Amino acid sequence: MDYLQYLRLDKMPHIWCDGCGHGIILKSILRSIDKLGWDKNDIAMVSGIGCSSRTPGYVDFNTLHTTHGRALAFATGLKIANPRLHVIVVSGDGDATAIGGNHFIHAARRNIDVTMIIYNNYIYGMTGGQVSPTTPSRKKASTAPYGNPDEPFDISRLAQAAGAAYVARSTVYHVGRTDKYIEQALTKTGFSVVEVLTPCPTSYGRRNKEGTAVDMMMAQKANSVGLERAKNMSEEELEGKIITGVFVDKDQKSYLTRYNEVVEQARNAK
Amino acid sequence: METPNPNVKMWQGNVACAEAALAAGCRFFAGYPITPSTEIAEVLSRRLPMVGGNFIQMEDEIAAMGATIGASLGGAKAMTATSGPGFSLKQENIGFAVMAEVPCVIVNVQRGGPSTGLPTHAAQGEVMQSRWGTHGDHPIIVLSPCSVRETYDMTVRAFNLAEKYRTPVILLSDELVGHLTEKVEVPPIEQLGIVNRKKPLVSPDKYLPYELNESDIPAMANFGDGYRYHVTGLAHDETGFPTNNPEKIQVQLERLNRKIDRYRDDIVEIETHYTEDADILVISFGSTARSARRAVINAREKGIKAGLLRLKTIWPFPDREIEEISAPVRKIIVAEMNLGQIAHEVEWATRRSKPVVRVNKINGEPITPNEIFNAIIAQD
Repeated sequence: MDYLQYLRLDKMPHIWCDGCGHGIILKSILRSIDKLGWDKNDIAMVSGIGCSSRTPGYVDFNTLHTTHGRALAFATGLKIANPRLHVIVVSGDGDATAIGGNHFIHAARRNIDVTMIIYNNYIYGMTGGQVSPTTPSRKKASTAPYGNPDEPFDISRLAQAAGAAYVARSTVYHVGRTDKYIEQALTKTGFSVVEVLTPCPTSYGRRNKEGTAVDMMMAQKANSVGLERAKNMSEEELEGKIITGVFVDKDQKSYLTRYNEVVEQARNAK
Repeated sequence: METPNPNVKMWQGNVACAEAALAAGCRFFAGYPITPSTEIAEVLSRRLPMVGGNFIQMEDEIAAMGATIGASLGGAKAMTATSGPGFSLKQENIGFAVMAEVPCVIVNVQRGGPSTGLPTHAAQGEVMQSRWGTHGDHPIIVLSPCSVRETYDMTVRAFNLAEKYRTPVILLSDELVGHLTEKVEVPPIEQLGIVNRKKPLVSPDKYLPYELNESDIPAMANFGDGYRYHVTGLAHDETGFPTNNPEKIQVQLERLNRKIDRYRDDIVEIETHYTEDADILVISFGSTARSARRAVINAREKGIKAGLLRLKTIWPFPDREIEEISAPVRKIIVAEMNLGQIAHEVEWATRRSKPVVRVNKINGEPITPNEIFNAIIAQD
């Protein structure tokens, strides 16, 4: 496929560091969109603040780079005002589940017709490597010099618990799976979430002695466990593992479907 | 018996605000419950679906502001409403709307502050917050109604100014006006003069969403119109993409501020009573202006040459109007339910050329006509 038709080449080079996995996710998104054959005019990509949130600047869609954590709020208004648009939110772990955590759980509860791709690199990259809600316990960050004292969020489980219609987790090593999950998410009615683990060798790997970008991707391969296999493993066996797969894929009325029913009801009541 | 006029309503200020929004073409409202603005959300939750519009109660005030901006980018005329603490929460995204030049209306029905303050009592403490609540140098339009009918007219005007100037507009009401029930004759829709955003006339490849043009107001494409452009809160150039180029940033930010400043005569509205031969000028706004008007009438009945200048537009500040009208007067009295936020601006507008006496109250009680009357007598 021709990636160039989707990219704003005059905005290159991008801001992502050598070895960052974000570009791999971007290509997965573009392949999935290409496969669906969507018109670029009908796609809106919305983001908040952070490394991943710079993605919209590089793609030739209707693009909206909002305030930190608030992409879902803007996306909700945009989708409701123009339901014809395919609204895709891209977000990082901090943007989505720290400052934007409230919007995340409510978007899932509401089942708003938006797809969210979360680039989870366990760290605040843009500001220089501060601890995030997904930094594993005891790992180091610039604001956790003695190791992270907190327990991390499991983003996919959080989305599942909050009521999302589709939830899947993959890594940038597992590109084929990531493509498939994103495509499934984009065609799902309601709120769909794909969490993709992506290495940050600059701010996370370096501080935690995880080696090069390649080493970090090989670790993704070595540590990933499919959802089905994970079901038969003990908590000790799952320590440090990445559970990948489709966590949720259910058919339930989306926000727009329900709201259209409200409109019908209101019009009949007149 | 006379046939009742269907256009005459007994409405609360907040109800008039909601109905006016619908008349102005608002088809999207995102809100969060907060006293004393909640009625606006309640009315629109019932009324918007009737006209095929969208009401959504968001998870918080920040989200309500974000959704409002998103909806406007999607092509809907959009509004949110809140009060003090919620207004504080919305500030970051209000700044985004200013920077990205997204038209929308934010209603702040003021209550007593600071903090949780007095949820069910009036105040006028957000004069300065409505001007400078969000960070960075920026322009803003703020209107302040004093009656139910004026809440209606000004809500329509807020949408019109937002669309005309591609900017957020704040309707600065207060608990007294918001909860006041009055007779309103609703103007026919044809009389309202609805303004819609200027759409680009060029082809998508030539479209510059932040174009430097003669009017200083760039045309706005909605998402989905076929113009694929970038919107960001980062400093950007004409194309909308972020830039670090100092010249381009300077030019854009100067245009952003100039686009309101240069049209201030179109935006600023005031009202005067008995100012022609006034010796003492009372300046007020919002619900307090009702007491001020009564006080001035009472003073006139006692033979005191008092006049009233009521600010309908708060920002841009009507400094030239104040300077001109106050030129012949001996003394100025500013009545407001805060500790002198407008008075300070009046001193500045008049270059401290004459005494500015303050009548202030911040305990949740309205300033009474008598309190202002007594201040007039004391100056006579």
